[in-house]
Amino acid sequence: MERLEVMWQSRPGVLGWLMTTDHKRIGLLYFWTTLVLFGAGGVEALLMRTQLVKPNNSIVSPETYDQLFTLHGLTMIFFFIIPMTTGAFGNYLIPLMIGARDMAFPRMNALSYWIFLASAIFLYTSLALGMAPDAGWFDYVPLANKTFSPGHNIDFYALAVIFNSIASTLTAGQFIVTIFKSRAPGMSFNRMPLFCFAFLAASFGLLFALPPLSADNIFLFLDRNIGTHFFDPSHGGAALLWQHLFWIFGHPEVYILIVPAFGIATSIIPAFTQRKLVAFPLVAIAELLVVFIGFGVWAHHMFATGMSTTALIFFAGATSMVVIPSTIQVFAWCMSFVLGVARFKTPLLFIAGFIFMFVTGGLTGIMFVAIPFDQQVTDTYFIIAHFHYIIFGAAVFPIFGGMYYWFPKVTGKLYFERPGQISFWLIFAGTNLLFFPMHIVGLLGMPRRVYTYPSNLGWTTYNVIETIGGYLTLVGILVLFGNLVWSYFRAPAAGPDPWHGPTLEWTTSSPPPEYDFAVIPKVSSAYPNWDPEDREEDRRKLAGGVLVLDQGHEQVEVTPVDGWLSRVAEMPHESPWPVLLALCLSLVFVMLLLQHFAIAGLMAILCVLTLLGWHGKEPEE
Amino acid sequence: MRSGLLRGKRALALVPLALLLAGCGQKQNALAPASHQSSDIASLFWWMTGVAFLGLAVVVALLLLAWRRAGRRGAGGDTQGPKPGERVGWYVVVLGGVVVPILLISALFVIANLFVIKTTEAPAANSTKRTILVIGHQWWWEVRYPGTSAVTANEIHIPVRTPIRLEVRTSDVIHSFWVPELNRKIDTLPGTTNEIELYADAVGRYRGDCAEYCGLQHAHMGIWVYADPPATFARWLARQSRPAAAPSGSLAAAGRAAFLNGACAACHQIRGTSASSGVGPDLTHVADRKTLAALTIPNTPSYLHDWIRDSQRFKPGNQMPSFGQLSERRIRAITAYLEQLK
Repeated sequence: MERLEVMWQSRPGVLGWLMTTDHKRIGLLYFWTTLVLFGAGGVEALLMRTQLVKPNNSIVSPETYDQLFTLHGLTMIFFFIIPMTTGAFGNYLIPLMIGARDMAFPRMNALSYWIFLASAIFLYTSLALGMAPDAGWFDYVPLANKTFSPGHNIDFYALAVIFNSIASTLTAGQFIVTIFKSRAPGMSFNRMPLFCFAFLAASFGLLFALPPLSADNIFLFLDRNIGTHFFDPSHGGAALLWQHLFWIFGHPEVYILIVPAFGIATSIIPAFTQRKLVAFPLVAIAELLVVFIGFGVWAHHMFATGMSTTALIFFAGATSMVVIPSTIQVFAWCMSFVLGVARFKTPLLFIAGFIFMFVTGGLTGIMFVAIPFDQQVTDTYFIIAHFHYIIFGAAVFPIFGGMYYWFPKVTGKLYFERPGQISFWLIFAGTNLLFFPMHIVGLLGMPRRVYTYPSNLGWTTYNVIETIGGYLTLVGILVLFGNLVWSYFRAPAAGPDPWHGPTLEWTTSSPPPEYDFAVIPKVSSAYPNWDPEDREEDRRKLAGGVLVLDQGHEQVEVTPVDGWLSRVAEMPHESPWPVLLALCLSLVFVMLLLQHFAIAGLMAILCVLTLLGWHGKEPEE
Repeated sequence: MRSGLLRGKRALALVPLALLLAGCGQKQNALAPASHQSSDIASLFWWMTGVAFLGLAVVVALLLLAWRRAGRRGAGGDTQGPKPGERVGWYVVVLGGVVVPILLISALFVIANLFVIKTTEAPAANSTKRTILVIGHQWWWEVRYPGTSAVTANEIHIPVRTPIRLEVRTSDVIHSFWVPELNRKIDTLPGTTNEIELYADAVGRYRGDCAEYCGLQHAHMGIWVYADPPATFARWLARQSRPAAAPSGSLAAAGRAAFLNGACAACHQIRGTSASSGVGPDLTHVADRKTLAALTIPNTPSYLHDWIRDSQRFKPGNQMPSFGQLSERRIRAITAYLEQLK
């Protein structure tokens, strides 16, 4: 134990955080950063809601409004939900759930965080300069090309998205390797927690969805700055190419956003119903399938572009198939509620709310299988209602639930239950007031992305209700975070396992030690913390020094499918290289923005030199 | 008992929704259809919404059942050994998650995508009496009647109960033509012509909007569709096809001269005069229109006057500069001239 402390100790102070490779610290860095960005995205949303509270309002100018909705979309998707679920929850929890001491590539993990941070600063610099992207988060050409958007706004968009996707790709790649290789011996694929299945699905999704997005943005950047004609029909390009490439990324993206939330839900449900999840294998397959099928449905975002009916019908068919894995999961969750012994504490309340919101948003989603109906309501507030039920209801509710659920693990403190439940009901009421009337106002003809609207079309009342709902949601979120902060200082200690949770993170202390587990745990089911004999075995192993690995900075590697011990790997220590490389890469992007392409090339060479330095000292085998 | 009550509540919840959605009259309401296409789409919506509420009710009922059972004794006993009720769980998951959705969605798929979709599509070019061309601009609609010289803006006139083939194009970015009471929407894409059917059951005026975000003034890009009796429509089209009338009175004549010699003619066309630019809306019969700037303001003499003087106040960022530097007399003269262009 003492030797483990020494081997895994981090450097104190700021330098320790800058150089850290500890997945928990990186998870916390992601958490705090994405929380700030969530605040920014939320302020943008509330400004828009305030502008729309009455017709012909002029709180913000049309220019500002366009920047607000573009930044709101970009921020919530690329800079809040993905980094919050993968970066914060995934980083902190996956090694703890699979019985590992760190991610498979700890320095790459650190690199992904620093690149993410740099890309966020890069994007928000545009706002400070008054040139935030303003062509919507899906940024259709020709509106986004140089003719119609001559400023730097769209260059910021293209570069920030490419920059950010580097971070997401690194995260995704290393989640896949970590989940395949770093599980505790005995955790074969079928004994892996559903949380890990979900993150595996999301990571594969990211890995395959991001390249088309990056290609799209590279084309856009070249069209704008070098004079190529990828999207220009008058020179043999195609404006629709942007949309195809964008949505080949964009629809899998939706599942990448919510599948980790499914993972959080399937962690909380067994813990608070004290029952193993109903139909576990079906749910695991469904989590993977939903992302896989999600790659075949992209053109349902383009039903009104005048593509041939045959093509539309194909994509509508794929869209209807994606319903099945979703309904499987919904009924599996609900039956677990019914068959278990549900304790409706705050985390489970958020999951119940999540199921309600996901089913509501899912049911309006099924309506888009009907092509003519989709063509009627697409680009109206009906769509806004639909995807906010999915993205806020189905992705963010579990994030909130997960914050409460793992709060004791991360801080070592319990949280206060009553304000927790109050925060749930405020957020639940607020979001429904905010988003439900959008269905109606969309059917009444209100298009999306209008900075104002006339008074005589019957839209005003609904917009007032929505704005009230928006502020109520804000109050709920403030209560939530107020409660967590207050609990951190005042609540009683939680102990290692306050919920009798099913997975491995509840077997170690709260907060977990830097080496996560004193001994690599034994696993013989998907609910290892509910196997008391195995935990006894761990104590015997620890006493006997079996798989304690205290002779170095080491962790085990297993065979990918069966989870047999294959070898013990030496893990890298703290390193200054990731943060330096991220810094050099930022310079590349700044120079590209300023169109100093030669200097950008020099900076790229600097990046390569940094990488050489990085690999100068590898951990010994 | 409990579930019966629940169903009752759900059904009640549908009533105000139906009232809210149906009672809105001549607005821009997808659920107040005025054509067979739009009415098919609205029926689809109501059926889907009904079934969706039932589905949501099932899920809510399961959650409430769990809530009621939450106080059950013996918590914690289920984590080991056999999973109680697993077989029932699988039955529900397979039935509710696989079998029922497949049946329902297959039915929806066939009805919507093999039948309803057909009715919304444009009739073949040689099967209709009339084709109308709509061209999206930042931020207004140009409307042309091929085969005639009629050109107008932000207003489409059609004969009632006559299928029209509507072709849409864009002169700049992507817009989306949408008149929800008549049909679903269709995007305008650069380099492409898209088409759709336009049909109205009853004489009346139907509001439409640009539905695809197209830049700064996307919010002010409306259009009216007037469905007229065929004879009225024919008279309207004949009038629109004529060149502009000569001005009567000295003020209007001065206005005409100011228009043709000043900046106006650089962007606008008035057929029958030397002004022939296609940048802004054709003004040959501008006084015949009900609104200015794509439904932004009413077309009255005082609004027209103010629009010329300070168009940026009404529609900031629109492509027409404010002409505050023109003398008041000139603006009055131009207004007087344009007011005569019936």
